[in-house]
Amino acid sequence: MYHTLTVLVANSPGVLYRVVGLFSRRGFNIDSLAVGQTENENVSRMTIVVEGDALILEQVTKQLRKLIDVIKVSNITAEEFVARELVLAKVTANPAQRGEIMQIADIFRARIVDLGRRTLTLECTGDEAKIKAFEESLRPYGIKELVRTGKIALLRGSKYAGVNNIKEEAL
Amino acid sequence: MRKSGGEILIDSILKEGVDTIFGYPGGAVLPIYDALYESNIRHILTRHEQGAAHAADGYARASGRPGVCLATSGPGATNLVTGIANAYMDSVPLVAFTGQVATSVLGKDSFQEADITGITMPITKHSYLVKDIRDIARVVKEAFYIATTGRPGPVLVDIPKDISGARVDYENPGPVSLRGYRPEQLPSSRRLKEAADLMAAAKRPVIYAGGGVVSSGAYRELLHLAELILAPVTTTLMGLGCFPGDHPLSLGMLGMHGSRYANYAICECDLLIALGVRFDDRVTGKIAEFAPRAKIIHLDIDAAEIGKNVRVDVPLVGDVKEVINLLVSNLKAKLPGAWQEQIYLWKKEFPVYYEENGHLKPQQVIQEIYNITKGKAIITTEVGQHQMWTTQYYNFTRPRSFISSGGLGTMGFGLPAAIGAQVACPEAVVFNIAGDGSIQMNIQELATADNYNIPVKIAIINNGYLGMVRQWQEFFYNRRYSFTELVNPDFVKLAEAYGAVGIRVTRPKEVTVALKKAMAVEKPVVIDFVVEREENVLPMVPPGEALGKMLG
Ligand SMILES: Cc1ncc(C[n+]2csc(CCOP(=O)(O)OP(=O)(O)O)c2C)c(N)n1
Ligand SMILES: [Mg+2]
Repeated sequence: MYHTLTVLVANSPGVLYRVVGLFSRRGFNIDSLAVGQTENENVSRMTIVVEGDALILEQVTKQLRKLIDVIKVSNITAEEFVARELVLAKVTANPAQRGEIMQIADIFRARIVDLGRRTLTLECTGDEAKIKAFEESLRPYGIKELVRTGKIALLRGSKYAGVNNIKEEAL
Repeated sequence: MRKSGGEILIDSILKEGVDTIFGYPGGAVLPIYDALYESNIRHILTRHEQGAAHAADGYARASGRPGVCLATSGPGATNLVTGIANAYMDSVPLVAFTGQVATSVLGKDSFQEADITGITMPITKHSYLVKDIRDIARVVKEAFYIATTGRPGPVLVDIPKDISGARVDYENPGPVSLRGYRPEQLPSSRRLKEAADLMAAAKRPVIYAGGGVVSSGAYRELLHLAELILAPVTTTLMGLGCFPGDHPLSLGMLGMHGSRYANYAICECDLLIALGVRFDDRVTGKIAEFAPRAKIIHLDIDAAEIGKNVRVDVPLVGDVKEVINLLVSNLKAKLPGAWQEQIYLWKKEFPVYYEENGHLKPQQVIQEIYNITKGKAIITTEVGQHQMWTTQYYNFTRPRSFISSGGLGTMGFGLPAAIGAQVACPEAVVFNIAGDGSIQMNIQELATADNYNIPVKIAIINNGYLGMVRQWQEFFYNRRYSFTELVNPDFVKLAEAYGAVGIRVTRPKEVTVALKKAMAVEKPVVIDFVVEREENVLPMVPPGEALGKMLG
């Protein structure tokens, strides 16, 4: 089973290394990982999709919490959340096929972001299912290159797993 | 006042109450050594950085205070690695400082550059690379705080030479905050009640106590709990001494080379109360058959240990001492019954024993060290058969009196650890019970002992083999002794060359005299006990077997 974790980390050097190193040495599988700054410039948010059973997930979360640079770990899998991924795909498109490809783009509300002599580059955002369907529809034309950002996610409504409700540990 | 980075570092370390640093100089730490030159900190120059790390570790284990070591960049730093890993596995508070090449050449494969924060990431609780002189004071404060709170462990601080060499107007660091670090936790009252109810209902309880009891200083609390509910207590290697070994409720050590009665008690108990332990595979044997009839209460300060290896019925996250205090207030004293009787019978039926045959036996040596020190010495060990015999034949009654590499099993730990322990406890008698193989892994530290007149006593159990490996080859590889026989130097001459006293013992009746002589001199002493070569450590649970299936 796949779990979505959002992990708030201090923006210190090496923090990504610490998190990724933890996964690899304990044999946990990362399915996707996206990192970026949050509303607070000292804090980054990692969205990590992990594969494993409940026991593995419990270990992942507990081990992550032990890292000093990890501020907060929330497993949002069971919550209502919005998740998005962005994909860029470069497909072979001779002039005759362009029309069809643009129609596909329309259906998926994707955008054409670059045009080559024999290629089109498309950009699409959406949840996992949509991205997968998008990719499948482009495949017959020949995907030359494809890149995905990995999933990012936020809880729906007024709930949040943010930085501001964290107690500070004073010395 | 203007101060150099090195001076700020030493000042900050002093503020943490540190009195001793074990270290070894080099190019990248010259500014730090310059600051040490006239400071109030005692610096002990070991003869290898690994020795410095283990000595700091031994110092910490003996005293309960954090150990501090210092090394230069590159090879100096990598020489610390085994020592840091050792402290990590056994949850020892250690702060390691390393020099680093200057920030201008960092990342360029400069002379004596090694990415030591990267190398040690999996074996430290946390690490720092200081890139601004203004961060030194804060980082030192944080490093000691992290190393000593929660589940203790090693913290590494890497300081480039231009940072320690720079000068700045010194300011006291403000209050430090670590947002993601909350070492103190307490279990909910619901969990506490569940645990107390299980304890009240149990007919055959066993307490399984480990290093966490020592770190937490929960000896009196453990004794009180055990006597209240009349639960026999078995300890791990790391826990030896946290419960008096001569107490009627003591079962000694459990696991692969545990006592028969401890392992039987685990197999038969209906409630296992696990305190500050981590269900290591050397302890549990075949995990699926560990404590098969028992409900399990697991109390540990590290939430990640709970449920890691075994399923737990009642998890209690918190400090062992605090939580036991909360638990006992809900408990009533119990009366002895069939279980306590059974324990007594097992202890009578299966005592730890060895056969005397007129030759010098390793077990006799250790028993006599126990007798002559009246059980009051600090004992360090190396790793191997002699280590296991020490757990069997030296009856540990006081916490922090047994210092041994548990999790990592580091040969070469015992001598530098003994030096560290002796520095921390100058009044104590400190023995290093060593193997003839292990002692050669850090033998150079005899020079440290001589240099500072640190009067540690080294008892080499000399069997001419890497004995523990030989034992496995005998049992599981058809006696094919592949590269386990040792051709050794003359340990007596070697001791003398290092300025220590050397004594050789080959016969049973010479043991006492030699030990008395060793105790009488205020110098490091090496006793070479030439023992029966193919003696085995028994009983033994073969690897991967259930605890009930002991050989011998
Ligand atoms: C650094 C290191 N290398 C290898 C081992 C594997 N090992 C475990 S016990 C042992 C033999 C130790 O021999 P010795 O010190 O003579 O002790 P004995 O078992 O003979 O008492 C070895 C090689 C180890 N634990 N540590
Ligand atoms: Mg040996």
